[in-house]
Parts: sequence; structure tokens; C-alpha cells
Amino acid sequence: MSIWEYANPKKFVETTTPLLPWTFGLAGLCLVGGLIWGFFFTPDDYRQGATVKIIYLHVPSALMAINAWLMMLVASLIWLVRRHHVSALAARAAAPVGVTMTLVALVTGAIWGQPMWGTWWAWDPRLTSFLILFLFYLGYMALWEAIADPDTAADLTSVLCIVGSVFALLSRYAVNFWNQGLHQGASLSLDAEKNVADIFYYPLLACIAGFVLLFLALVLLRTRTEIRVRRIRALELRARRAEART
Amino acid sequence: MKALILRDLRLAIRAGGGFGLGLAFFLIVIVLVPFGVGPEAAVLRRIAPGILWVAALLAALLSLDRIFALDHEDGSLPLLATAPLPLESVALAKAIAHWITTGLPLTLAAPGLGFLLNLSPAAYPWLFGGLALGTPALSLIGTFGAALTVGLRRGGLLLSLLVLPLYVPILIFGAEAARRGGDGLEATVPLVFLGGIALGTLALMPFAAALVLRINLR
Amino acid sequence: MGLVVLGLAVARGGIPVLDGLSFSVPTGSALILRGPNGIGKTTLLRTLAGLQPPLAGTVTGADEDAAYASHADGVKAPLSVTENLAFWAEVYGRNLPQDVFAAFDLEALRDRAAGTLSSGQTRRLGLARLGVIGRSVLFLDEPTNSLDAFSVRLFADWLRDRHLAAGGIAVIATHIDLGIDAPILELSPYVAAPDASGGSDEAFL
Repeated sequence: MSIWEYANPKKFVETTTPLLPWTFGLAGLCLVGGLIWGFFFTPDDYRQGATVKIIYLHVPSALMAINAWLMMLVASLIWLVRRHHVSALAARAAAPVGVTMTLVALVTGAIWGQPMWGTWWAWDPRLTSFLILFLFYLGYMALWEAIADPDTAADLTSVLCIVGSVFALLSRYAVNFWNQGLHQGASLSLDAEKNVADIFYYPLLACIAGFVLLFLALVLLRTRTEIRVRRIRALELRARRAEART
Repeated sequence: MKALILRDLRLAIRAGGGFGLGLAFFLIVIVLVPFGVGPEAAVLRRIAPGILWVAALLAALLSLDRIFALDHEDGSLPLLATAPLPLESVALAKAIAHWITTGLPLTLAAPGLGFLLNLSPAAYPWLFGGLALGTPALSLIGTFGAALTVGLRRGGLLLSLLVLPLYVPILIFGAEAARRGGDGLEATVPLVFLGGIALGTLALMPFAAALVLRINLR
Repeated sequence: MGLVVLGLAVARGGIPVLDGLSFSVPTGSALILRGPNGIGKTTLLRTLAGLQPPLAGTVTGADEDAAYASHADGVKAPLSVTENLAFWAEVYGRNLPQDVFAAFDLEALRDRAAGTLSSGQTRRLGLARLGVIGRSVLFLDEPTNSLDAFSVRLFADWLRDRHLAAGGIAVIATHIDLGIDAPILELSPYVAAPDASGGSDEAFL
């Protein structure tokens, strides 16, 4: 019994069918709980006032925007090395979710930035990096759409994802070099001393868990859809060939 | 490889639009900018390095889709793929030919065109050095993008969407070098970064391009 | 030793089209592939030439010595006939043999730009490439497309008297009679069954 067994499309669909409602339910629970807790049961920040509360949307979506790309990178590598179709389709399924997360992070950032910095948009390194990430997502999805043959598309987008990752990283540092920013430092890190105050921290954790679960649920759902689309295509092609022979 | 580079150069010259077109496009962009932002010399001087770099980038982009598209249309690509020349060399040769037809003339012309934008005199060596290092990287990355979209009908538009984000670091370091140079500051750091990127793309991009070419030819 | 193909299965766009092909072509002889349109002749030739991986089976005796000619000629219109051929000679690391112009009736066209040639003349130029590159195993896809009867005979003569006589091998997909003494392989019996294994969609069925 190995983990790769689940890379079989049929097995994947079978296994995830009972998991899907639980993931959605849990995601909803964490999100609703975390957001209500964060919005109504935490005090206003002494400097930022009530605007600080957008952190419960901004930080988790920004986190997922990057992690979605990382997940696509890993899935692409798995596809190139082991040729598991589920992996390629999962990467494809994650892209629209990732791009939405990026958009949410950008928009909530703008809404937060307006009262804090007095401007909706600044060419700050972090903001700019996210904008570039957004462009990478767009290119990746456009390439998937443009290629008719699914395996060729999977191969090419995987290579693009890997090359893109290298350049995205490069851009991140180039952008840092280019402009010192307005953005505050990381809100969360593993060494707890630098973290935001506890009172904001726990509801934020709940929201992050909610976003992770939501991402997981959406990607599962979309991967299953992609698998079924491929299956319909395969069945149609087989039927057409059988017809042509008779 | 030499044969392929020479053939591509000869094709570029004979078919017209090889050397001239990219350069003319570059010139037009440079000429249009003052109409957009106004003729004030101080403003132009400030934005000149950036405009020159963005124009160079767009001019390089303009001819990218022709790198493999013509060979794909007339069927030479599978013939080249079965030739004793490895595809990696084909990709590198194509990038070199593209650079000679676009990057090199742009590098040589950019300092001349800097006058139009009132570029500060101290920026000229840095602009030239930056373009000399940066444009080969533009061609190499562009070759990868062209290989990625070779069989696609509407490849040109997609190509720009795929390639332009990859150009971001080069644009940043290149324009930064020229700007710092123009302000009389030390600008070797961005130039060194630019050189690093150029060497990195030289080492890796031909392999990536050959990989996607093989997939596309399958 | 010639070209030996064992248990070959090929796919087009991830779908198996031909299955269980085994044949051998000894040195100095040719093989004609026959079959209705869309059966997979081009796919088979591309697989033999190494442009795409086979689903199953082995091809021996082709890899280093093979050349492929598709139904497109790969001729560059702005270059002259001589330049087109000289390019391929250089890519293959050879000198341009002067007798090739006579063999393909290109003598009078030497310095014409390839773009001004008729489609039959262009085709002859495309085929002349085979005489320049000096490969012994040729995979030819409809080589006589748009050639008149005279040119077909010219090409057949070159193939028989120069290429095969020198110990070469040719696998040719064609619908017309080239006038070459070669066995014919009818591909219809090898069409892959609709449920043949190995396709890229297999995991989804």
C-alpha cells in the first residue's frame, strides 16, 4: 500500500467523495468562527483602530496565494517525474483558486492601505511581488487553456511553473532591491516574540485554518471536476473510434 | 550551430524586417513618449532610463514569435529535430540569431536615442552596459517562451503574457543601473546582478527551451 | 543488419492508432507503407524517426543513421536552391555533393530563390535534401506529393540507383507506384482496437 495508489483517478475520486463535505464543513466552521471572533470579540488596535480587523482576511489569503503556487510547483514536479494524471490536474485545479486568493490579498491590502498609508496602491516590494505573482497565475492558466492536447498541456504548464517559480523568486529579490517599502513586517512567524498580540493571534489562526481548509476543499472539488472532464473526453474518443471501426 | 545562426541571419536580412523592424519600433516608442508625458526636459531626463529599457523590452518581444513559428510552418522544425544537431544547440542558435537581429542593434542604438529623451550624460555607459548584458537574457528567455507556444494558433498574444513577467528582474536591474549611473551613483551592483541573470539564463534556458520543443514536436 | 521493428505500438495525440507491428527491412531495400488516410502512417514514420516515443515495442538500426522527410519540405523561400541545400549539408557536417543537382533536375534552378519555385520544384528541392545529408535510413512521408510523372521517375531512380544500391534503407508511405521493387506493408490489419491499452487517457477509463 503506497500513497501513489491514490494517484489513480478513480481511486482518488472514490477516496475524496466522503471527505469533501467534511472539508467544506470544517472550512466553513473555522471561517465563520474565526471571522466572528475576530470582528466582534477583539478590541480595536490602539494605533490602527478598527481597520486592523481586515487582517483576518488579508493575511490568510496572502498566505494561501503563495502556498497555492508552491502546491502547483510540487504537483508539476510530481507530474513530470512520476506522470500521475491526478497531480497535473490538481495543479490545474489549484490555479484559479490561487489567483482568487491573490486578488483577495491585493484588494484587502488596498482597502487596508488606504486609511493606513493614505493611498490605495503603493509600489511597495510586497505589493509589487503579489502583482507579479498574479501575472504568473494568469500566464499559467492561459497556457492551460490554449493547448488542446491535455498531456502536452500538462507537460508545458509544468515546465512553465518551474521556470516561473525561479523567476518569481528572482523578481521578489529584485523588487526588494528596487524599492524599500511601506509594508509592515510579517505578522506571523514561528518564533513567537515578533508576532501580533495574542488577542489577535488566535482568531487569526482560526481564519488561516479556515482558508487552508477552504483551499483544500475547492482544489479537491475542482480536481474531481477535471478528472471527470478528462474521463468524458476519453469515453467519447473511445466511442468514436469504436464507431469508426464498424 | 554556426550554419543555423548564419541561415537565420540571412533569412532576417532577406525577408526584410529583421534588423530594421525592431529598431524602427524602438524609435517610434521613444518618439511617442514625449508626446504622452510632455516635453519638459527634467521629466524626460528622470524617466529616460526606464523608457529606454521598456522600449527595448517591447522591441525584443515584437519578433519573438517568429523565432520558431516560421520553422514550424514550413516543416523545418521536425527536420532540425532529427538532425545531428542537439535541440539545445538549436535553441541556443536561435537565441543568438534573435539577439544579433534585435538585441545588438538596440544596444548600439539606445545611447544614440538617449539624446531624444535628454538622458543624463553619466548614464550612457551604464545604459549601454546594462543593455549589452540584459538583451542576451531577453533573447534567451524569449526563445523559451517561443518554444512553449510554437504550435499554437494565437501564440503571439499568449507569448507576451508568458514572457513579460519573466522579464521583470532584468528590467528592474537594467533600468536601476542606468538610473543610478545617471544620478552619479555607484551602479555596479545592479549591473553585476544583471550579469548573473544573463549567465544563469544562458546556462539553463536552452535546456528548458529544448525540453518544451520536444514536447511540442511529439 | 538493417532496420528491425518488434511489437511496435504508436499513438497519435495520446490515442493508440497502430498496434503489434513487427517487420524488418534489410540493408539495400525499401518498404512501402499502405493504408487509408488517417490510419497512422505519418505517426508511424515519426515514431520510427524518433520524434515521438512509441507506446510499446522496439526499433533498432535507425537512431543515429535516420533521416525523416515530412510532407512539408522545410524549404526557406528567401534562400536560393543552393543555399537551402548547403545549409542542410553543413548541419549534417558534410560537403555539398555537386551531382545532387543533376539527380533531382535542379541544375537550371541553382541560383533561383526557393520562393519562386513551383510546388513540384519545391518538392524536388525538399527531396534533394535527402541526397545531401548522407543518411542511410530514410523515413519518407508521401515523398511524391505534387510531383509530375517525370519527377516521380527521377526520384525513384535516385532512390533505387543511388540510395538503395549503396546499402541504404527506405520506409516510404505512398499511394502511387514508385516503380521500385519493394515489399508492401498494408497497415489496416494493425489498427489498434478501440480499447487498446497504453493511451494517455487509460487511467480515466
